[in-house]
Amino acid sequence: MSDSSSTSILAQSQVLARLGRIGKAREAGVLAALIAVIAITTVQNPNFLFSSDGFRDLLVTPAILMIVAVGQAMVIVTRNVDLSVGSVVGLSAYLTGRVFIDFSWLPWPTVFLIGIACGALLGLINGCLVAFAKVPSLVITLGTLYAYRGINVMWTGSDRINASDMPQDFLALGTQSWFRIPVITVIALIVLAIAGWYMYTQRGGREFYAIGSDPDAANLYGLKVRRRVLSAFVLSGSLAGLAGVLYAARYGTVNSQVGSGLELEAVGAAVIGGVAIFGGSGSVFGAAIGAYLLLTINRALPVLGVEDFWQRAVVGVLIIGAIVLDKLAANRQERRLLALRDTEQDSSPPPAVAQDKEAHRG
Amino acid sequence: MSTPVPRVEQRPALLLDRVSKSFGSVMALKSGSLRMESHSIHALIGENGAGKSTLVKIIAGVHQRDAGTVELAGESVNFSNTAQSKDAGIAVIYQEPTLFPDLSVTENIFMGRQPVRGLRGVDRRSMRTQVTALFDQLGVSLDPDRPTRGLSIADQQIVEIAKAISLDARVLIMDEPTAALSGVEVERLFKVARALRDEGRALLFISHRFDEVFDLCDTVTIMRDGEYVATTAIEDTSVDELVRQMVGRDVTTLYPKEPASIGEDVLVVEGLSQRGLFHDVSFSVKSGEIVALAGLVGAGRSEIARAIFGVDDYSSGTVSVNGKAIRKHDPANAMGAGIALVPEDRRNQGVILDSTVARNTTLAIRRSLTKYGLLWPSAENDAARRWASRLEVKTSALDAQAGTLSGGNQQKVVLAKWLATNPTVLIVDEPTRGIDIGTKSEVHRDLSTLAGMGLAIVMISSELPEVLGMADRVLVVHEGRITAELDRDEATPESVMFAATHSKESAA
Repeated sequence: MSDSSSTSILAQSQVLARLGRIGKAREAGVLAALIAVIAITTVQNPNFLFSSDGFRDLLVTPAILMIVAVGQAMVIVTRNVDLSVGSVVGLSAYLTGRVFIDFSWLPWPTVFLIGIACGALLGLINGCLVAFAKVPSLVITLGTLYAYRGINVMWTGSDRINASDMPQDFLALGTQSWFRIPVITVIALIVLAIAGWYMYTQRGGREFYAIGSDPDAANLYGLKVRRRVLSAFVLSGSLAGLAGVLYAARYGTVNSQVGSGLELEAVGAAVIGGVAIFGGSGSVFGAAIGAYLLLTINRALPVLGVEDFWQRAVVGVLIIGAIVLDKLAANRQERRLLALRDTEQDSSPPPAVAQDKEAHRG
Repeated sequence: MSTPVPRVEQRPALLLDRVSKSFGSVMALKSGSLRMESHSIHALIGENGAGKSTLVKIIAGVHQRDAGTVELAGESVNFSNTAQSKDAGIAVIYQEPTLFPDLSVTENIFMGRQPVRGLRGVDRRSMRTQVTALFDQLGVSLDPDRPTRGLSIADQQIVEIAKAISLDARVLIMDEPTAALSGVEVERLFKVARALRDEGRALLFISHRFDEVFDLCDTVTIMRDGEYVATTAIEDTSVDELVRQMVGRDVTTLYPKEPASIGEDVLVVEGLSQRGLFHDVSFSVKSGEIVALAGLVGAGRSEIARAIFGVDDYSSGTVSVNGKAIRKHDPANAMGAGIALVPEDRRNQGVILDSTVARNTTLAIRRSLTKYGLLWPSAENDAARRWASRLEVKTSALDAQAGTLSGGNQQKVVLAKWLATNPTVLIVDEPTRGIDIGTKSEVHRDLSTLAGMGLAIVMISSELPEVLGMADRVLVVHEGRITAELDRDEATPESVMFAATHSKESAA
């Protein structure tokens, strides 16, 4: 008896160790895919990595999407989704340029913060609607996706902000590097580090996971579900606002269509990076690597001579492949855990048929 | 064995006086009273549906009472959510564990109140140390770092118990914590419970296992049909006395099944197994016979029914009707062979509430009612009228929305829907859950009539009087296995309860 129970405990710990490795391998797998893409493309055309432009593009192109994807991951972990981020990026970018023109005496760091605050406010509106109106976030943020874009179009018209409207110091953010690493990429990495720290070590971050894992249990635990969901949307909005400001700094031109379509890329990046679409698991690191993989593949395929049609198809294959892989891994884990339970049960002595009256004390 | 600490205190740790609660038209709790003392383990017993779980949920703040008073250590309290009761020092371990499947065991225990070390945030090391100590105290070997997804119910209960203990609650309520534990695990739990009692806490223990009640508790409160019956010291009572107070009536006269001529085997199930859910389930049902699957909630009865009907897959075994094998995992095939399933969750799986009575009744035969590829209301109404009158469905009109009917009449609509398919085997899962007493007996009469027409009926029920009154044979399921087969004469509240609550080791 003691023999069989100790072996089953041993078997259990081995299985669990393997399961733990699979979980960690999820981010590692995406990272490996990213490295493979870069390596293959570089072999075809060494400039992809080794020219100074190539190196810079590699680091800077996905940085803005990465910031948005990190915010998106935080929302998805709570079993919600924020489809409005593309419009938030656009509106924040335009507001940033507008403030530079209309309040040119403001120092650029203040304007920088105003852009982020704009995103936070738009996120707060999303969060309030989701948390208090109790309408699914998919519907709410689909609505604000169009509403925010509509405001943007109405405000901008056919107008556009040009580089000459913005101060040089601000634009330098988009062009300068810091020890060969573009400033925008540095900012994105800092955001990622802080978000990762918050999600892994802070109560708030852990409660995001709890809420996404089982909302009913979260209520029974007495967690402040509404407040947490609200804050997830504010965080996502703020990061989209930051992305908008950086967009203005990097491209120097802002029209009414900035960031359109970005929301789906952000969701795609999160899913590719292993964030479960029904919440509760995944990490912001995975989403960030997913963003890099998504945009790097986009840039690598033309270099490899792949036709335009297939370039889009590859992104689709990537997303579906990631989901299928996750599903297969989850099925395998469930089967293994169930099998584990059966072996434990079977190791108990064979059942005798239950007798009734005699054995029953009166 | 039990050594109650006789201590007369002015104020009970927790006092409930004539608390009531209704959900819609169903009165789940008519008058619940309870007086819990510190240094005491109090048992709360009653049949399924006696109102115990509702009472617990009111104490926990999940539900709010309609009337009556709740006092905690002499102070009147009125919890509007679970956080408030938790803060007041009440911990509840529910019958069905509520855990976060994606998070680790440790995080589940501390969620919402993790120790925090400044900027470093949640202190995982300290949490882990505490959990390891808790598990040592409980004498269990669970990996604190594994996710709770895939844990057996027994292990999930352990996590719940560890959580409650770590809360340092003054009042600890355990709603059937031992239902899914093995004998060894139960003994460990009892050791911990006694230690907690000796520390001066008040414990409430809900259980169907009388031997456990007599082993562990010092006081017992009995409930029946949502009402308080009695509270006695455990030395002053006996199992027979408790059963009499729980049942409180002559069960066989309440739901009589009329004798029907019993024919040949119709449904034959052999060696049905599905990993982690049920194991080696074999039984047969003859025409005209009602076979009850009895057992506790979560024993795997519904899963067996769903597998037979083909909604869920199974790993091994066979199902046949009239000698013809049914393909597994193929409900259309099962329906074609004459099996009908009336599911447990009527509102979500049985009736379409927004649709009309006629449409609901004819849902399963709508193909045969079509003419020129279209479904005509007249054909629908004709078919529906036939079955509605046969089962005496009380509705204002056939085109009334099904949601406007009472629970009992909704259930009749579901029965009518399946009867319209002309089945030879009818599986009903908790046919009278949430139905008022009056309509209940009508549903029972309907089932009895159907058996008389030669149907083979499998009835899953957690209500003892229903099982004892209706069934020709009782199969008792415990943790996914059939642990006893009792004929009508052998089936008594004691024998069924005993088989339903005893895992193999303790029965051996």
